Amino acid sequence: MDFLFSLIDFALARQEQVLEGLAQHTGYVVTVLVSAGLFAILTGVVTRRSQLAKELALSIASVFLTIPSLALFVVFIPLVGLGFAPSFIALFLYSLLPILRNTITGLDGIDPGVLESAKGMGFSPVQVLLKVELPLAWPIILAGIRVSSMLVVGIAAIATLVAGGGLGDFIKSGLARLPLPNSLESIWLGTLLCLVLALVIDLILQALRVATISKGIR
Amino acid sequence: MSETLIRLENVSKSYGSGAEPAVRNLTLEVKKGEVLVLVGPSGCGKSTTLRLINRLIEPTSGRIYLDGEDVTDGDPSVLRRKIGYVIQQVGLFPHRTIAENIATVPKLLGWDKAKIEARIDEMLELVSMDPETYRDRYPKELSGGQAQRIGVARALAADPDVLLMDEPFGAIDPITRDRLQNEFLRLQQELKKTIVFVTHDIDEAIKMGNRIAILREGSEIAQLDTPEAILAHPADEFVESFLGSGAILKGLTLKKVRDIELHQVPTMSSPVMREQALETLRASDDQVALFLDANDKPTRWIDERALNRTSQPIEKSGRPVTVDLQPEDTLQDALTVMLQSSVGMAVVTDRKGKYLGCCTIESLAKLIMSDG
Repeated sequence: MDFLFSLIDFALARQEQVLEGLAQHTGYVVTVLVSAGLFAILTGVVTRRSQLAKELALSIASVFLTIPSLALFVVFIPLVGLGFAPSFIALFLYSLLPILRNTITGLDGIDPGVLESAKGMGFSPVQVLLKVELPLAWPIILAGIRVSSMLVVGIAAIATLVAGGGLGDFIKSGLARLPLPNSLESIWLGTLLCLVLALVIDLILQALRVATISKGIR
Repeated sequence: MSETLIRLENVSKSYGSGAEPAVRNLTLEVKKGEVLVLVGPSGCGKSTTLRLINRLIEPTSGRIYLDGEDVTDGDPSVLRRKIGYVIQQVGLFPHRTIAENIATVPKLLGWDKAKIEARIDEMLELVSMDPETYRDRYPKELSGGQAQRIGVARALAADPDVLLMDEPFGAIDPITRDRLQNEFLRLQQELKKTIVFVTHDIDEAIKMGNRIAILREGSEIAQLDTPEAILAHPADEFVESFLGSGAILKGLTLKKVRDIELHQVPTMSSPVMREQALETLRASDDQVALFLDANDKPTRWIDERALNRTSQPIEKSGRPVTVDLQPEDTLQDALTVMLQSSVGMAVVTDRKGKYLGCCTIESLAKLIMSDG
């Protein structure tokens, strides 16, 4: 109980840092999900007709996920320096696989009869993609985006190691000062804020799901 | 009527150089307002042929003409918007409402909103589905038969002259299929579309087609003629074997009850004098008489035994008339009813249920003989 109060005191005394950390962390999540989402969906769309291209894209995306996260944040420093950029690149690469995999699964799962009738009624290839294929694959793509969002919220805490900021700052400084006073509070604060952020983002994506998915396929 | 609307000229389609072509040098004309059925064993290229018409499959060689215009080149999407397309899998868009599904082609063609809305209701009514109830539903809420009705409504929405149907009723249970076929024939009588209809079911072909093209491998036409002519004079062994046994029985689906001479059995209605009734019955060649109610609707078969059993009122004796035929039913229906009937006859009534006469096996046999 005492720890809880001291944690709250700790947080209230650093409101500005808390807000900044949250803003940076959220910044990562939003920019990464939007860019990686677009990139992965586009890749899934471009490769959808070729089994070989699909396999290739998937294996490349899975390679990124197997690289230890610590290393992935660091390897780009010689190219882009410290701060936001290397962190963004690492998170971007990490979040590709779930979205790409689900995009491919979603597009593959569309009833061939639906595509046949869409073409047969005179949809152009672009119209088939935008009005039939993507809307029908969207629930599965969105599920992939949700998985990626959780991944990014967790791993973005490493950005602090390459001076990228975010909620990882609290964890890092706590770890560095262990076992001095307030060090555990700092670690807990960073961790809890990550959890809360993950929860809020999940709620937002849930709302997006309800808003963007037709009742006919929900 | 004999104007050609669709013409395939020396059309071939092959996949790869080594393989046998799916369609080999096919020339085929479809006349305006007719239902041309392409029928043949699986793998004969009938579906490929159909999809050549709206260029879902591009021909390797040959020309395709629609209403005199060469449509072999040019934007296939523009061509397809002018041609209705119905497939076995139906392929309704699951994320769109029934109304939006029907509106697909009119929207592509840029019709204005009010016209589209009116058209949706009109189409739903055309396929006997209540607009109020179904407009805002989604395809997953429909049964197979309902879904295919919407499939047909969607294909007809932009009022195309041509309708291509690829085994449209193939995945539907036999009872519903029969009903959809009948409804479709009724629709076609009104609409007079030019229809190319693919099926592997010769019975369906005979029922639906004004003309039938029986295809063998490579989409080669084995015989192209009216169902009556094909049944009467199959061109070769292949056609004969494809028609299967019982060509005469199949021919019965082409004829209507109104084509045959109806037999009149003695009738009686309330109040019945038993003595007098018995006399009438004995005087006639028939073993039974029909009891008609106040509206001339036949309700029971009455024989001598029923008349002799005085324990029951006449209205309740004898055997009930369970099914009646109408003049527009097919002779195949008539045969079925006759075979099921306890007296070997089928009662024919008009639309309101008023007694017209009876179908007998003899009259049916006479008709078949006179054709042979």
